[in-house]
Amino acid sequence: MTTKRSIRRVPPWRGLVLAAALAGGALAGSAALAATKASTADHGKFKELQQRFVSGPEVTKACLICHTEAAQQVHRTKHWSWEFLNPATDQKLGKKNVINNFCISVPSNYPFCTSCHVGYGWKDANFDFTAEENVDCLVCHDTTGSYRKLPGLAGHPPYEDTEIPPGSGKFAKAVDLTKVAQKVGRTSRDTCGACHFFGGGGDGVKHGDMDSSLAAPDKELDVHMDATGLDFTCGTCHRTSSHEVPGSRYTPVARDTEGAHIPGREDDSLPATCPACHGQAPHKGGGHAAKLNDHTDVVACQTCHIPQIARGGVATKMSWDWSTAGQMGPDGKPMLKKDEAGRVIYDSKKGDFVLGENVVPEYRWFNGEVSYTLLGDTVDNHEGVTRINRLGGSATDGKSLIWPMKVFVGVQPYDPVNRTLVTPHTAGNDDTAYWKNFGWEKAIKTGMQVSGAAFSGQVDFVRTEMSWPITHMVAPKENAVRCGECHMQGGRLEAIGGVYIPGRDANPLIDLFGWLMAGGALLGALVHGGLRIVRRNG
Amino acid sequence: MERIYIFKRFERFWHWSQALLIILMMVTGFEIHGTYTLLGYGDASELHTSAAWALIALWVFAIFWHFTTGEWRQYIPTTENLVAMLRYYLSGIFTHAPHPFRQTQLRKHNPLQRLAYLGVKLLINPLIWLSGLAYLYYNEINAAGFGLDLGVVALVHTVGAFLMLAFLVVHVYVITTGHTWSSHLEAMITGWEEIDDPQAGVKP
Repeated sequence: MTTKRSIRRVPPWRGLVLAAALAGGALAGSAALAATKASTADHGKFKELQQRFVSGPEVTKACLICHTEAAQQVHRTKHWSWEFLNPATDQKLGKKNVINNFCISVPSNYPFCTSCHVGYGWKDANFDFTAEENVDCLVCHDTTGSYRKLPGLAGHPPYEDTEIPPGSGKFAKAVDLTKVAQKVGRTSRDTCGACHFFGGGGDGVKHGDMDSSLAAPDKELDVHMDATGLDFTCGTCHRTSSHEVPGSRYTPVARDTEGAHIPGREDDSLPATCPACHGQAPHKGGGHAAKLNDHTDVVACQTCHIPQIARGGVATKMSWDWSTAGQMGPDGKPMLKKDEAGRVIYDSKKGDFVLGENVVPEYRWFNGEVSYTLLGDTVDNHEGVTRINRLGGSATDGKSLIWPMKVFVGVQPYDPVNRTLVTPHTAGNDDTAYWKNFGWEKAIKTGMQVSGAAFSGQVDFVRTEMSWPITHMVAPKENAVRCGECHMQGGRLEAIGGVYIPGRDANPLIDLFGWLMAGGALLGALVHGGLRIVRRNG
Repeated sequence: MERIYIFKRFERFWHWSQALLIILMMVTGFEIHGTYTLLGYGDASELHTSAAWALIALWVFAIFWHFTTGEWRQYIPTTENLVAMLRYYLSGIFTHAPHPFRQTQLRKHNPLQRLAYLGVKLLINPLIWLSGLAYLYYNEINAAGFGLDLGVVALVHTVGAFLMLAFLVVHVYVITTGHTWSSHLEAMITGWEEIDDPQAGVKP
């Protein structure tokens, strides 16, 4: 009794001391972790980098003095070419070629889009893809957080203080190239995120499972990237070799049937899948764990372990209606409308948006095959919606699993005469750019000319849909989707066909006969017993 | 009035733990089936599986007991008195007619009970047991090359569950038809059954 009391009488500040000690321990732990990642080279001591750089390509030339193969390696990647030939479909994909239902297309908007290109100077179709000094090493290898590429500069950072956007009075500071160059290091969540968190024209817009909240996430948001825990970078899973980053959206691996990767053992399978580390029986133990493992032939890991997307406080766009763009404010100037949380839901340049946070994904069978509606393909509108990408998969092909998807809905311009999607010229300071002139016909005419495609001159709008398989923002296991959220009628997997889901499915005839039989037995017993009581009393 | 010792200690232990497990599995099973929500699917399924293993263990002991004691003979079907039993339940019971069956230690079940329990042991139990194991080990069975369809396995299991439910309802009612409303129930608790005096009902 006394012992218990003395424990309870611990003064409250003792907890704080303990917390501080623990925090100190955690900091010491992460410092030790960081130390193991430290490079053997201090780039600040390299003579090649001790100079005043005035442009990005100059820095690259200095890098290449030692890293002789780096530029050619980058030249072979999608990060550089923005082009990908899908061997399964023969479709020519890549950012340069696909059309989406966000900012729509790249070609007539190069100087703006290429602020996310790993190169310098891609302002039009004449860009020299063979020039080694055009590779931007810093955008991926900056560790200072001060390196920034601005839209409109064709992949260059600001070399002098630059007003952005022009006329706004807001200035972006010139990048100190020498400092950035002397402090280069490994890629980080920040460097990858500088582009990938902002896909679709803003923070979290495109993916739903990638936004700036992943720069320093807690465990609830991402169990692997947890900044005070496992602290994975993107490259921990997307294990890069010779600058080639594994894990493709064009040819994803939907069902990895290989075991866990073991160092020293040759393994060509994708290192970025869940089984690449966790193997095929990820839940350890018998009973319940074994039953969970039984699900892996039907359900992707992501389906249970990513309960919602956009969980980090950054909203993702769920739909984008271009057809309402061009309305001006009372002052006759382009306007923004915001929701109560201060998020933009209407932009004269872009139209109406629907935003979502903590969004429950949709679920589809997916086998990794993706085909696109490309420029020139007939707009297929018979279901009331044109699918920008179509995902292959079924319950029976042996290659599919049930995957979570962000299904993004767009209403975007198309050519109703030729029945094709169009590539409008949106960004630019010229006479046809939509964001300056707000005229679809001339913006699309310019864009289609650059794309080399036929345009009738007519513009209408078409409803489109794009599916984004979800794989990031893996929650701690305690927060995984509960069994009953799928094993129920009207649950998460209500629309999934081809598989018997206990709790959702039942044979109505058997149920009817069963209840009639059991109910009949009960009724018989009640009548029989009632008669006995009546008779006995009589 | 006469009292005879009908149900031995193990028999009563077996009966009541089986009753508890079966009711637990009914409650969790129909939740898994999607009939209602009570514990949540995950907990219901875990409890259902644990109870299944406990019941299987119990059955192994019970089967051993039945064969070592020879008690299995209690379930050999017979037509003797069968019609009389039916007639009793349909009319005699309402007119205080004498029970046509006289219980002894060697014949503890009337011919209708014999048939019902034999049906449970030879039809309903194996149906539930086999389909339940197939449900549990569906992945392993298919990995071994059998093209088992989970929907069919679940359907057979559900049929078994409904048969068991109907049995349970009738069984619970029929225990009230002894010498008094509760004498059968007391027998299953204490082991001792009060039975009708053979002379009762015969007016002097």
